[in-house]
Amino acid sequence: MLEHESISNPTHSKTTGLPRKRFYRARAHSNPLSDSHFPVPIFPSQFDYSLHYPQFFPLPDRSDGSKKIEFADIGCGFGGLLISLSTLFPNTLMIGMELRDKVTEYVKERILALRASNPGQYENVSVVRTNSMKYIPNYFEKGQLTKMFFLFPDPHFKEKNHRRRVISPHLLDEYAYVLRVGGIIYTITDVEELGVWMKSCLDGHPLFEAISQEVLEADPVVKLLSTATEEGQKVARNGGQTFQAVYRRIASSFSH
Amino acid sequence: MEDNHMEEHDQKLETEVAPALIAVHPNQKFISVSIGSDLRLFNLQDGSGVTLLDENGGHKDSIRSIRYSKSGQLFASAGDDKLVKIWDTNSWRCIYSVVSEKRVTSLAISCDEMFVCFADKFGVVYVVDVRDYNNENRALVNTKGVPLLSHYCSIITRLEFSPDGKYIVTADRDFKIRVTLFPKEPLSGAHEIQSFCLGHTEFVSCLAFISSQDYPQGLLASGSGDSTVRLWDYASGSLLDTCDVGAKAGLLHSNQKQDEILPSVTDLCATSNGSRIAVAIQSLPGIMLLKCNLSSNTLSVIKVVSITAETFIPTSIGASSSVPLLWMVMGASSLQSNNFALLARVRVVSGFSDNSSVTVEPEISVLDDKEIPRGEPLLQILQGKLSIGEEAFSTAAEAVKTSMRNLLIKKQYSAERREFRKRGRNDKKNQTPA
Ligand SMILES: C[S@@+](CC[C@H](N)C(=O)[O-])C[C@H]1O[C@@H](n2cnc3c(N)ncnc32)[C@H](O)[C@@H]1O
Repeated sequence: MLEHESISNPTHSKTTGLPRKRFYRARAHSNPLSDSHFPVPIFPSQFDYSLHYPQFFPLPDRSDGSKKIEFADIGCGFGGLLISLSTLFPNTLMIGMELRDKVTEYVKERILALRASNPGQYENVSVVRTNSMKYIPNYFEKGQLTKMFFLFPDPHFKEKNHRRRVISPHLLDEYAYVLRVGGIIYTITDVEELGVWMKSCLDGHPLFEAISQEVLEADPVVKLLSTATEEGQKVARNGGQTFQAVYRRIASSFSH
Repeated sequence: MEDNHMEEHDQKLETEVAPALIAVHPNQKFISVSIGSDLRLFNLQDGSGVTLLDENGGHKDSIRSIRYSKSGQLFASAGDDKLVKIWDTNSWRCIYSVVSEKRVTSLAISCDEMFVCFADKFGVVYVVDVRDYNNENRALVNTKGVPLLSHYCSIITRLEFSPDGKYIVTADRDFKIRVTLFPKEPLSGAHEIQSFCLGHTEFVSCLAFISSQDYPQGLLASGSGDSTVRLWDYASGSLLDTCDVGAKAGLLHSNQKQDEILPSVTDLCATSNGSRIAVAIQSLPGIMLLKCNLSSNTLSVIKVVSITAETFIPTSIGASSSVPLLWMVMGASSLQSNNFALLARVRVVSGFSDNSSVTVEPEISVLDDKEIPRGEPLLQILQGKLSIGEEAFSTAAEAVKTSMRNLLIKKQYSAERREFRKRGRNDKKNQTPA
């Protein structure tokens, strides 16, 4: 999927070799409810890691139970968080999931350009175009992920559109399935109403518990939530307030 | 707005035709057939039709799911009129009428018969507490369901409880089967997903649990638009075996193109000891009989039981747990030429049983109308008419095939339509001040 393009790409900046955002403009919002036609793996082992992480997987065969993706950035947008996490956790495989195809293309190009200009780095990040609200179980097995990120998701203000929100009581069931016990879900927004909503969904879910303030302060990832992404930087520039909710996946008390 | 409007409109057109359904009481006391909004019941013990007692006057639109509870005490029906009706099979009185916000696609009754679950066409499963149904003389309860779980914006095609009642299993049009722990107190939701059974490459159309005394937990079988039946270890989600039933029944052309639509599996029914599975397949006049080996986890074809005298392609099949008969129905609601409306054809196959002790296959044959238990009176009630013309069959087969395909196979929008949708969006965009 991430194939190398020629260096003299007109959509890329001549000086940095990085893709220029204006060539990847897209509609502001995609409707996550409508059916689109992009390929979706039938089951997680069908997802070809060698296309996404060629340095880690020279061959498509993953039958030896090797490394799996552990971090997922849902609705990754232009990919700022992934880029920061990549060097912070160089041995952890991570993926961005994004619905808009142009934006996904941009992130792909961005990663390839970074790999080209920083040999050996950014090999652990990739991006995939998909609807995370429908296809999470097609990409990840039970308990595979250790971190999931939901940074500045679309707010969908209207009551009747709340079912389009990426955090909802029912979708949390799926996130709890792919997160291993002890794994962490990070959410942040500049929309207070959405912040309250995400927090209340997580509070109401039996498989998640809030993480204490001290633990949060020691977590280097928490600082990135408001600073690493394009959306976060925009909010910061405008001096906007942010609301975050960070929860841990806990074991079920409903044991058999 | 524009988008939503079109979505709703599309769905309305595509779902108009509903297949006729059949459900058999666990002790074969009753046989139920639904066609369109019509619910027909025959009492095999006294040999007469049953009159349903419903203060609200029955279903108003196509019925999409009918089920008996495990003991046979309860019966439930639901469909396009957004109503779930729960009936007491002693009095055949409707004891609960549940209002859904959306059309109902499927339902199931928990093994302990305390809860009825139903799925709406936006992929949300609701649960209704029916624990107080035994109160004598209580009035009809009009109630609502409580959300239990959801397949995000997919159509749930089938709901099933595992034989031990521990799990609720949901199948959808996005090729998925989800296995969720069914909690003791389901009214606060079912949050713990045990597994996903992934492997089908088209919509999943039907589910059946295969269990026996030796394997009480059993295995799960599923049928799909990909023309296969698959066998799963449902607790882990592992695929154990795949049987290409469409190909084995000779329904695929050797030069079948990749994107051609395969004859989909429409229904599955297992014998009570799990060693035999009947499979209904679109375009197969008859059924295919599979053998399931629970110790080696394999599926194999025993034979195709063909129906020759008429073009009978079952739309739904069912069996009791005690009598070795497989009941089949063919029919469709709302056919274009409504001369044929509400005609259903019922056929029965004998010898549908396990044969763990015997080495020879039991004699399997399609019964003549007069050999069917209670013969003519039963057919008169369930079919709506004693004899049904051949044209009705082909019309029904075609209608059901088209509606199923449209509903469950992902739409590839025509260029024109896509353009129209895009225009709708641009118009909107142009209206918003810059
Ligand atoms: C407001 S942006 C935030 C992007 C990024 N996280 C940031 O902080 O800059 C939300 C992103 O989520 C994407 N998105 C919305 N629904 C999605 C879905 N169902 N699956 C994947 N991505 C989705 C949108 O396309 C959009 O790029």
